[in-house]
Amino acid sequence: MERPILPAPHQILKDMNKSILQRKVTSKRSLVYHGWVTISSTLVGFGIGALLGIVLAVGIVYIPTLNRSVMPWIIASQTIPILAIAPMIIVGLGSIGLTGLFPKSIISAYLCFFPVTIGMVKGLRSPDPIHMDLMKTYCASDSHTFFKLRWPSSTPFLFASLKVSIAISLVGAIVGELPAGAQAGLGARLLTGSYYGQTIQIWSALICASILAAILVFLMIAIEKIVLKKMGGRLV
Amino acid sequence: MNGNWIIILISLIPIFTSMKMVFKKNFKKNIKNSLFLSISVIFGIYILLYGVHNIGSEKAGLGLWMYLFALCVMIWEMLSSWSEIDTSLNSKLNFIINLVVPILFGISLLFLWQVLTVGLKIPHILLPSPLKIGIAFSNSIPMLWEDFQQTFLKAVLSGYFMGCFSGFIIAIMVDRIPFLQKGLLPLGNLISALPIIGIAPIMVMWFGFDWQSKAAVVVIMTFFPMLVNTITGLSVTGQIEKDLLHSYAANYWQNLILLRIPVSLPFVFNALKINSTLALIGAIVAEFFGTPIVGMGFRISAEIGRLNVDIVWATILVAAVSGSMFYALITICERSLTSWHPSIREN
Repeated sequence: MERPILPAPHQILKDMNKSILQRKVTSKRSLVYHGWVTISSTLVGFGIGALLGIVLAVGIVYIPTLNRSVMPWIIASQTIPILAIAPMIIVGLGSIGLTGLFPKSIISAYLCFFPVTIGMVKGLRSPDPIHMDLMKTYCASDSHTFFKLRWPSSTPFLFASLKVSIAISLVGAIVGELPAGAQAGLGARLLTGSYYGQTIQIWSALICASILAAILVFLMIAIEKIVLKKMGGRLV
Repeated sequence: MNGNWIIILISLIPIFTSMKMVFKKNFKKNIKNSLFLSISVIFGIYILLYGVHNIGSEKAGLGLWMYLFALCVMIWEMLSSWSEIDTSLNSKLNFIINLVVPILFGISLLFLWQVLTVGLKIPHILLPSPLKIGIAFSNSIPMLWEDFQQTFLKAVLSGYFMGCFSGFIIAIMVDRIPFLQKGLLPLGNLISALPIIGIAPIMVMWFGFDWQSKAAVVVIMTFFPMLVNTITGLSVTGQIEKDLLHSYAANYWQNLILLRIPVSLPFVFNALKINSTLALIGAIVAEFFGTPIVGMGFRISAEIGRLNVDIVWATILVAAVSGSMFYALITICERSLTSWHPSIREN
């Protein structure tokens, strides 16, 4: 069948072989090209989101006003279905001249920051009272306590959050590519495939996205292992 | 002329308060002073809203922005004075303050949004002011209600229950068969990290345009978090408790129902919470790929095409409020069912 409802694995493999290996990387019909577009906005969004999440978490831990006023709204912010309004944000930002990578990364960043903030708040508060007291007896300043105690003890939490974040960052980037404005990226492939009934194209884009997600998460796990080893910590 | 004098007098109230704060040494952070601060901030907010809506077509002048800046500092002071009230001895007061501070913060954000969008003359298409969104909301309640029924009551709820329930049942089965547990858990972890939302077009192709295809997307999105969390939850039972039930000669089912499911409940609720937002997102995104002419996703994509941004934001408001309510409902259930858990006992 040319357009099967559920393509057989060999059909998908044939299509992936055609669109990954047979075409030039720069070609608009190559999945490598589309994957690269998606990955780049995923990573930019992930960077922004993770940074924002860490800064917010530090603020929440050190400033009591922020703790009381912002924390409930951070949780509420995630009940807004950002993925559902992503097309609108893309169109809105497009109308003031922001197109391409940046609007998509904003959506990724919005999704990313939440797990990082939650995890880091927990992590920065995880040192035992005994250790905090020890720092106090050393007459350590706030910044010393932060860099020598709170930050190191929060790294396991940080990596646990980053693993979740990078996966949803990819989802954000893909959904950001869905509106008609985006011509490139795995999301755009999904949408064109759905418009023209090209089931095989949808499936190969989908599998490509899954492989990317797996690679990103495994990369994060590898970094986690290296960092924790360097810090002399125990693997969780 | 008389009106202007009243406006000027009111605008002096926050200035007077801030003077008092600056010059009076050790301005104590207690309830009385916090209320005093809040009331003068409200006057300031009123003045700014009045000013910004009455400047006509040009952008707001420097004076208004300076007043706004000063007011922001005061809002921050107000929030910190509320949150630094000593509540260690009074748990009821603590509860009230934990409610008051976020609400005040939310109101201040709405106010800032209103003043900035009106004062800077931000194009309505980019970001409508909260007032306009509110008007659009109240004008189109019947339409929004129909969308809500189609997306939330039909697609989200049915998909959510099917997905969570089947995830839970399968998890119990997997738990019984050790090799499935070894093999399926990493796979489930992997799949719950995948962009499952991508299957939306496929589901629309399989199950048609109506709500069934959206429910199918929701089922698949909610299944794996539930599976993974329940399996983890079933494995955390402590050895002492297991030994105790063993000494009572409890069989597998008694073990499961009396010990292991209650112990796994915190994990199950974690999955239910994650799923509550995922389900809404899944249903709305699935509607982008084809739907009858009703539904929140349809409304968003259709009205953005007609540049009716107010309606889009009103729909987002509906989604956010229903999502929060759903989340809150689950949290309430969690609090009553897992009241023994340390994270809840602490409060």
